[in-house]
Amino acid sequence: MATATAPVPHTGIAGLVRGLMRRPAVGKLLLLAVVAAVLVPVVHARWASGAWPDALTVDLSGPLGSASDWIIDNRDSHPLFLYFFGHISNAVTLSVRAVYLVLLAVGWAGVTAAAGLVAWRVAGVRLALGTAVAFLVCGLLGMWVPTMQTLALMVVAVVASVVLGALLGLAAGLSDRMYRALRPVLDTMQVLPAFAYLLPVVLVFGIGVPAAVLATVVYAAPPMARLTALGLRGADEGVMEAVDSLGATARQRLLTARLPLARKELLLGLNQTIMMALSMAVIASVIGAGGLGDRVYQALASVDVGAALAAGIPIVLLAVVLDRTTAAAGARLGASEPDHGALRGGRGWTAAAALTVVIALAGRFADRLEWPGAWTATIAEPVNNAVDWMTDHLYTGVPVVGGTADWAGHFTTWVLDPVRDGLQWLPWWSVLLIVAALAWLIGTWRTALTAVLAMAAIGVLGVWKPSLDTLSQVLAAVAVTLVLGVATGIAAARSARVDRMLRPVLDVFQTMPQFVYLIPVVALFGVGRAPAVAAAVVYALPAVVRITAQGLRQVDPGALESARSLGATSGQQLRQVQLPLARSALLLAVNQGVVLVLAVVIIGGLVGGGALGYDVVFGLAQGDLATGLVAGAAIVCLGLMLDRVTQPAERHAKKGA
Amino acid sequence: MRFRTRMTSLVAAGAALLALTGCGAADMTKQASPYANAQGAKTVTLSVQSWVGAQANVGVAKYLLEHELGHRVDTVQIDEVPAWDALSQGRVDAILEDWGHPDEEKRYVEDKKTIANAGELGVTGHIGWYVPTYFAEQHPDVTDWKNLNKYADELRTAESGGKGQLLDGSPSYVTNDKALVENLDLDFQVVFAGSEAAQITQIRQFAKQKKPFLTYWYEPQWLFEKVPMTEVKLPAYEEGCDADPEKVACAYPHTPLQKYLNADFAKTGGKAAEFLRNFTWTTEDQNEVSLMIADQKMSPEEAAKKWVEGHESTWKAWLPK
Repeated sequence: MATATAPVPHTGIAGLVRGLMRRPAVGKLLLLAVVAAVLVPVVHARWASGAWPDALTVDLSGPLGSASDWIIDNRDSHPLFLYFFGHISNAVTLSVRAVYLVLLAVGWAGVTAAAGLVAWRVAGVRLALGTAVAFLVCGLLGMWVPTMQTLALMVVAVVASVVLGALLGLAAGLSDRMYRALRPVLDTMQVLPAFAYLLPVVLVFGIGVPAAVLATVVYAAPPMARLTALGLRGADEGVMEAVDSLGATARQRLLTARLPLARKELLLGLNQTIMMALSMAVIASVIGAGGLGDRVYQALASVDVGAALAAGIPIVLLAVVLDRTTAAAGARLGASEPDHGALRGGRGWTAAAALTVVIALAGRFADRLEWPGAWTATIAEPVNNAVDWMTDHLYTGVPVVGGTADWAGHFTTWVLDPVRDGLQWLPWWSVLLIVAALAWLIGTWRTALTAVLAMAAIGVLGVWKPSLDTLSQVLAAVAVTLVLGVATGIAAARSARVDRMLRPVLDVFQTMPQFVYLIPVVALFGVGRAPAVAAAVVYALPAVVRITAQGLRQVDPGALESARSLGATSGQQLRQVQLPLARSALLLAVNQGVVLVLAVVIIGGLVGGGALGYDVVFGLAQGDLATGLVAGAAIVCLGLMLDRVTQPAERHAKKGA
Repeated sequence: MRFRTRMTSLVAAGAALLALTGCGAADMTKQASPYANAQGAKTVTLSVQSWVGAQANVGVAKYLLEHELGHRVDTVQIDEVPAWDALSQGRVDAILEDWGHPDEEKRYVEDKKTIANAGELGVTGHIGWYVPTYFAEQHPDVTDWKNLNKYADELRTAESGGKGQLLDGSPSYVTNDKALVENLDLDFQVVFAGSEAAQITQIRQFAKQKKPFLTYWYEPQWLFEKVPMTEVKLPAYEEGCDADPEKVACAYPHTPLQKYLNADFAKTGGKAAEFLRNFTWTTEDQNEVSLMIADQKMSPEEAAKKWVEGHESTWKAWLPK
């Protein structure tokens, strides 16, 4: 940096240009300023400043309304539905039903045993015990049947996502052209809030399981495709050459070398697909997914946090168990096969399968297929009491610091309102310029162009104001998340004890369905934008803490050692060595934070967040395609813009969460 | 080699699935839930809307269907308008409490004939604007809309900015409030809570501190027992005064709530369909169950059981002869 900031020695044009070459940031800004100086007067004269001009919007409510009418009128007669969508829908229903019936037929003991034994084979004894306990807890909470319904839906959705993702990934991994075409699409799909997907699927397939499965597949397939492609493209050149020299055909090369070499990425893809499918399983309850998600959603309606938690815990348990098991399977690939003595390899699997069958049959003959009603514990009441106590004592009038309601009021008046009004006050072209400048400074001209186009699309759709309202909530939530997250991340990176204590908490909050904490958040912060922001912070915090802590821990120990030997205090080490060296991790944390916050700020429409989130909820609730789809598209654009603006020049292969 | 056999089995599974679904036309508008009729049980799928009164209807119907008629009952939570769509497709078999959706009624009941009316629920619904009774007692004139502007200042919150706050609920509910505020020249801002749960939570917080508030609310609703509220008089309702949603300047009507069945289910549903047609009860009955669910945090099943034990004469009449 020292050379870059040195004064420009020459004067005149040549010197200026040379100076600019050394400092690309200034160059980019100057270029933008020139463009702005030329365009702004023209634009201002033509359409005036202020909010996005009406002349540049396209009203889609007419065509969308008639499209929706057409679909409803033709859904039971048009060939497109009878011969295409109908079969998809049937196939999904039949598969989910088949899996569900198998799970019911195996009974609770059989399912628990099977899950435990699979975990034992791929991940070892400790995880096997954990898995079995997790399933038993689901039953104990009185959630056995909903858990099986969710599991059936998940199995079908995950299999479909993996097949679809692997096929796409295979195509992109083997063909450069496909890769170039698919990569931006997949990158983008991964940053879109789940809520935006729901309405179009519902319209075609109607409320119910097929729509829920398909929305889940669209959401969960991209990571599989991305990681498959990455794995195939990253194959070791040396190995490939050796295989070539042995005269292998293209197919042999793929099956014997490339795919096995990409096993790690494939498993990571599976892991991410499962996690995303699970998080979608709850959100999809809004469109009739049934199962655990529906229980959470119904509990929400009667303001029953305890019941919501009772349905939320099985989801968290499933998520943690599945995550750990697939992660352990991935980690084991590198290591040597663990020694189980007589139970090595195929024989172990046979033993596991046999044991499962025996237990399932035992359950069947003992007539104990259904979870016994007496073996349930209700946690709803104590949880509700705790929540009531909390809201009674924290809501208002706490000495010195004030209550949560007062904080929420101040936050709304002093932070959210000024940011929103400021954004809405800015002339529309200046918003585009700011977006361009930020995206270009952090990334490349390509990301800047995408970001500007996405922002302009929002204007064209005619939802400029609500989008800026949503944006203001995102910005405020991201700021809070980063302050808290980076601070906690630093603490976790510096102390192993803090890290150990935080780990389970982060796990839980990362997988807990957002619906569960929407109500406590309202009880604490009232209705409005403040609770939406609070929920977003809770959701995004774990990822930010994790990425920050990881980035700090990976800082070169040599650099730290030399700083220490120069007598730097621990604060100096942090500020001058660790944080600068972990810059890319911090940028990634910002990027992830923004994406996650946006997803929840949208769901905040359910607790008075208003703006785009409310429009999506309204569209879903009223079956109003014009409002819902336009808001969904705007959310997509907003997500795209935020991702591109915060995307560092070189993107990191692995994403958190 | 392992990979290839796996590939083959995958393809085989796909082909089998295709064969199973058949190659003819597939009408997905006649498709039941995959969880229905598992293991040979006769299943009825009921739609539950997001408010507690609807949970009370469904809870009692479910309990009786299961314990008196031997059916298995699945419930799905769906918003009002999508529920009509799901009902016409047979994804659910019945809606037990509908607040009046003329467009959908015309489309599905009259034109497509995929939904059949199943009579009245016995409860009359009414939407209106309400203030807490403790506030109405201190300021009796607040119950007339003409005086609302006087209190706009007191009803301000951080969320409503410089105006008074009119708290609205779920986006799925029937509401003309934005137009009303505009057309009656009120100095208020409609703040949408986004869900009924959020709205109830907020109302109870206000009530705990005896703060004034103005909210969109409806009867029958169990919350009245916990937070007594008084209705604000709006310009009287007349037939047709709410025809143009932009120009509405009158109160909401009183609606006798209706039940609807999927047309096929109505014909072939046998005893279950007949039972659901016979199902009628009073506002007091519904509130009793609602209150047990929402306030005492009983599960709909427990609440239904308790009500059923105490009201045998009422529900005996619903059972098919």
